[in-house]
Amino acid sequence: MAKHEVTMTINGQSVTAEVDSRLLLVHFIRENLDMTGTHIGCDTSNCGACTILLDGKSVKACTYLTVRADGAEITTIEGLAPEGTNHPLQQAFHDQHGLHCGFCTPGMIMRSVDLLKNNPNPTEEEIRWGISGNLCRCTGYNNIVKSVQQAAKEMAKEKEATV
Amino acid sequence: MFKCKTSAEVGGMGHSVKRKEDARFLHGKGNYVDDTKLPGQLHMVMVRSPYAYAKIKSINKEKALAIDGVLAVITGEDLAQYNLHWMPTLLSDTQMVLPTDTVMHQSQEVCAVIATDRYVAVDGAEAVEVDYEPMQAIVDPFKALDDDAPLLRPDKEGQEDNQIYHWERGDRAKTDEVIANADVVVKERIYLPRIHVASIETCGCNASYDKDTQKLTVYLTTQAPHAIRTVVALVAGHVGLSEEKIRIISPDIGGGFGGKVPVYPAYVVAIAATFLIGKPVKWIEDRSENLVNGFARDYHMDCELAATKDGKIQAFKVSTLADHGYTDSSANPSKYPTGMFSICTGSYDYEHAFAELDAVYTNKAPGGVAYRCSFRVTEAVHAIERMVDKLAAEIDKDPALLRFENFIKKEQFPYESPLGWSYDSGDYKATLEKAMEMIGYDDYKKEQAEKRAQGKLMGIGICTFTEVVGAGPSKDFDILGIAMFDSAEIRVHPTGKALARFGTKSQGQGHETTYAQILAEELGIPYTDIEIDEGDTDTAPYGLGTYASRSTPTAGAAAAIAARKLRDKGKKIAAHLLEVSEEDIEWEVGKYFVKGAPEKSKTIQDVAFAAYTNIPPGLEPGFEATHYYDPPNLTFPNGAYICVVEVEEETGAIDVKRFVAIDDCGNIINPMIVEGQVHGGLTQGIAPAMYEGIEYDDEGNVLNGTLMDYLVPTAVESPHWETGHTITPSPHHPLGAKGVAESPTVGAPPAIANAIIDAVAPLGIKHLDIPITPAKVWEAIQAQKAKA
Amino acid sequence: MIPANFNYHKATSVKEAIALSSELGEEAKYMSGGHSLLPMMKLRFATPEHIIDISKIEGLSYIKEDGDMLKIGALTTQTEMEHNTLLKESYPIMGDAIWLTADPSVRNVGTIGGNIAHGDAANDQPALMLAMRANIVAEGADGTKTIPIDEFFHGFYMTALEPSDILTEIQIPKAKKGSGGAYHKVERKVGDYATAGVAVHVELDDSGVCQQVGIGLTNVSAVPMRLERGEELLRGQEITDELIEQVGQIASEDCEPESDLRGSEAYKRSVVNTITKRMLNKALERARQ
Ligand SMILES: Cc1cc2nc3c(=O)[nH]c(=O)nc-3n(C[C@H](O)[C@H](O)[C@H](O)COP(=O)(O)OP(=O)(O)OC[C@H]3O[C@@H](n4cnc5c(N)ncnc54)[C@H](O)[C@@H]3O)c2cc1C
Ligand code: FES
Ligand code: FES
Repeated sequence: MAKHEVTMTINGQSVTAEVDSRLLLVHFIRENLDMTGTHIGCDTSNCGACTILLDGKSVKACTYLTVRADGAEITTIEGLAPEGTNHPLQQAFHDQHGLHCGFCTPGMIMRSVDLLKNNPNPTEEEIRWGISGNLCRCTGYNNIVKSVQQAAKEMAKEKEATV
Repeated sequence: MFKCKTSAEVGGMGHSVKRKEDARFLHGKGNYVDDTKLPGQLHMVMVRSPYAYAKIKSINKEKALAIDGVLAVITGEDLAQYNLHWMPTLLSDTQMVLPTDTVMHQSQEVCAVIATDRYVAVDGAEAVEVDYEPMQAIVDPFKALDDDAPLLRPDKEGQEDNQIYHWERGDRAKTDEVIANADVVVKERIYLPRIHVASIETCGCNASYDKDTQKLTVYLTTQAPHAIRTVVALVAGHVGLSEEKIRIISPDIGGGFGGKVPVYPAYVVAIAATFLIGKPVKWIEDRSENLVNGFARDYHMDCELAATKDGKIQAFKVSTLADHGYTDSSANPSKYPTGMFSICTGSYDYEHAFAELDAVYTNKAPGGVAYRCSFRVTEAVHAIERMVDKLAAEIDKDPALLRFENFIKKEQFPYESPLGWSYDSGDYKATLEKAMEMIGYDDYKKEQAEKRAQGKLMGIGICTFTEVVGAGPSKDFDILGIAMFDSAEIRVHPTGKALARFGTKSQGQGHETTYAQILAEELGIPYTDIEIDEGDTDTAPYGLGTYASRSTPTAGAAAAIAARKLRDKGKKIAAHLLEVSEEDIEWEVGKYFVKGAPEKSKTIQDVAFAAYTNIPPGLEPGFEATHYYDPPNLTFPNGAYICVVEVEEETGAIDVKRFVAIDDCGNIINPMIVEGQVHGGLTQGIAPAMYEGIEYDDEGNVLNGTLMDYLVPTAVESPHWETGHTITPSPHHPLGAKGVAESPTVGAPPAIANAIIDAVAPLGIKHLDIPITPAKVWEAIQAQKAKA
Repeated sequence: MIPANFNYHKATSVKEAIALSSELGEEAKYMSGGHSLLPMMKLRFATPEHIIDISKIEGLSYIKEDGDMLKIGALTTQTEMEHNTLLKESYPIMGDAIWLTADPSVRNVGTIGGNIAHGDAANDQPALMLAMRANIVAEGADGTKTIPIDEFFHGFYMTALEPSDILTEIQIPKAKKGSGGAYHKVERKVGDYATAGVAVHVELDDSGVCQQVGIGLTNVSAVPMRLERGEELLRGQEITDELIEQVGQIASEDCEPESDLRGSEAYKRSVVNTITKRMLNKALERARQ
């Protein structure tokens, strides 16, 4: 089986690699690039633990071939905010106790970035449906909803400040 | 209500301080087992049985070994050479590590493929050829005891049928007599199906043996690292793995809930593989392996509740058939094969009870692990809480009123239950009243009456449960003989900062924060100045681990007492520094002062510094303390939950309108964390109540072994939870705390089931087993219509 | 869960894709979003030797009205449809369905073309296409063809597409005054495939008489199914409550569900009955606006 050369931007850095056709993007990120913040929680694309941003959209990296990400711009949890700082969602998950074991958290946050981009002021119902492809077994979701609400407010403020 | 003794900066008990552990998780820097990568890393994948019961005629490794990168295929025969093909379970049964001749359940481990790469290992597993001769599986536990049922465990000496054990508690004759003479007796067979905890991180290990140092290091998804170390030493001691050479590291754990207590066969195979090959071997369970190989519940309970005609409960009897799969690998204390099931008499005051249980073998996966619940408490609570509601329906009494009339009263504590527990404390009446007020019970009752008049289905369900957690006193509680104490070790450094280590292991409960808060409370050192360390058996003191809500009751208590030992030592040092006698020194959060002269004082930090620099003559230097806490009793958290639902008659659709949970878990260390634990437990309560259940066909095949069909609730299914508290401190716990993380999983299912059954009661439906799905409700409605 | 090995080929044009497919033969599969195909490959239910990636082909992602047709490019993702103003305003049935399809991250990648080409009666789009009488436009080795939806679904995972045919466009008669549609499915939990789903599209004339009607059913038959008897009953009639009641009954009789984890056959028939009635009412309401 032939290898394929791929080049993509991950968290602002250009990466080139030779990969097998079947290499799943989640394994490329975790094993080839040693960025282990993106997790794996299922075999059937149901849990969302592997969610990343691909060209700005939330994508389940377990259901995406690395070869297909050639030329793409990818953001993982490690690259969401500059080292030592928090994205408003990261801050909100901390403030609102939106995480327990932390395993679902990177995926949950990456999904929420996309959610807030498309809907900066979501209702509780819209948040719940919006994160419905991401399972959390620990938190019961109440505080995740609150976290997204807090981040939405913060981001609206930030936006206002920059206008 | 609880009043904080410390300032917010110190952050002792009662402060909702933000979690110290969050930062690494929020930035993708958590370190879970699958994140470990060791030099020379190999990967292992298990070949699993497609049949529930079959003879293995042959295993052909050739095609697998021919694949580039496949290094070994390990079979039961290979392990048998080292006598490692069987292992003991926690309850003195035996479990195959790998089979030599027979597979006993679908998805059982058959052999292991070791390869240089995860992908290649999967290819290797696909290429292994196994020739099976399928046999007729026993799937129905009721048939397991038939005379003509095949003997599933002929390997066990003296085993003549498929019964594992019979267990009973209480006075059968007296209970039967009271039931026979009672005005009212309600009966029901209640089934709690097999479910799986499905933590989002599956199980796995990375085992590494160094042939030169003879040291085995295992990164493991375990809730109980020390216990595992001892088990490994017991199982593999004969091949030269002795306990001082075994290091178990439980790094960050992505949810446990009981599923990460057992020793799974693949762990042992990975250890054997690294031992033989000398390179690190990683095994990460995939989701289907996870869902199918382990379970909680599977209790069929025949219940009888007797009462006077006006509803005074007189006796409770429950006879259970428990399906354990092919081996009893329940993770229970040795003397409690049915766990704490005898808590089944509930929150009510009556004299007579009898509980018995028969456990049987079937061709299903072993497990008997928890599902965020303390040793079979969920089963017990479901039984009594369903029956109390059934009694209320039978005599047409408000289920809240019936409960008020039967509650154990506040002044009756400590209360000796009919089956032998000594409940420590509680105020059941106040708790239920609070829940009723918060939800607006009376208004809902009115609304329900109106809706019923219009032919609409609305239900209100209550559950007032009593849990038993914090195992436990060493005279009764042990696992493989090891007493169920827990431990804490504190080192205060010269600069007044501290490191504390524990024998427990957080899987999301926030120990790095709450333990620091306990020490902050006791020592007055700010919680931010205290590092908490758990999970590495080379550094942490011995402990039995975190499950069954035992960390706060045991390790939390150990921390408090170790801190008090330090305080006592500090008093001597303070007296030395202040040049007064020890009797003249008093303590107030964070400082020692001279009686009557509070301006003459030394902070805990001053004292810590002096412990290393200016030691009183005759006193041992240093400022460290260790305590192993053996609890005098268990703790009995309790709560009142109320759920309101609407059901659509045409489709069976269920809409959970409100859910209020009032918990009494004694004194609270961190209200934010407790509330978070309750939310999570509630979602894991609605899960089995309405969505989850492992389904088998007649051949013993699991029908829903993926997250596509095993329905873990999303944020949409999970209601907006409303929570609150009452506080009755535990009288025997040094902090007055009880333990909370599992109460909601215990209390929510009966509240939801009671609500749905109440909704459809006007149609003549009297009981439904969980999970109560729209399809099940619809079928029940049709059955009623057919009857009419 | 790891797919078996395969060869990956990227096509940059429809022509190139067809040429590749013709050359590689039956063991080659197109992949657009990959969110139906890759999950099957991971479980090794599908083990194609070649994957031809068509997702990078330019110009196949659009939603527009053109003449008397609504045209949707095959590579349009379900998310793009969800946020599209034209669909939101004039084709609310699309929003009904997409909101209930999978989850937002899956919809970010899954395409409408793939959803239909997969030939799975459990997918939601086929019922909508049946209800709205779509034409499927495909290009293959022997040119372009337009396949009426009623000739498209052949069997379980089988469609009128030849192995090297590429579905390029979906054409749906344009929404007009007096037309309206609605979709709903019962699911065990959000994101689940349907226990049963019903798509209804009606077209009323000025006097409220039903000129055309389409009813498509999800996941209650091996092949996506049109409720012909129900449609016949309504066509040319003023739709009354009695008629709706009768069509619901017909739906429950004519669908072909099997008992499984989602429920018994009887339960599914009952669900189909209920949703058919509700969607007829909802579609009528929208048509009358
Ligand atoms: C967790 C999960 C839940 C889901 N739930 C639902 C649901 O509830 N309802 C629902 O409808 N769908 C559901 N889906 C499926 C999802 O909507 C898919 O994305 C969609 O059905 C297929 O689109 P795709 O672009 O991903 O197709 P692919 O997976 O790329 O292709 C599917 C099939 O169609 C063929 N194909 C694709 N595009 C073309 C083309 N242009 N021409 C010819 N052949 C083509 C492929 O060869 C393949 O055989 C779910 C998917 C997942 C992972
Ligand atoms: S790992 Fe579960 S959706 Fe990707
Ligand atoms: S925090 Fe543990 S799974 Fe979400």
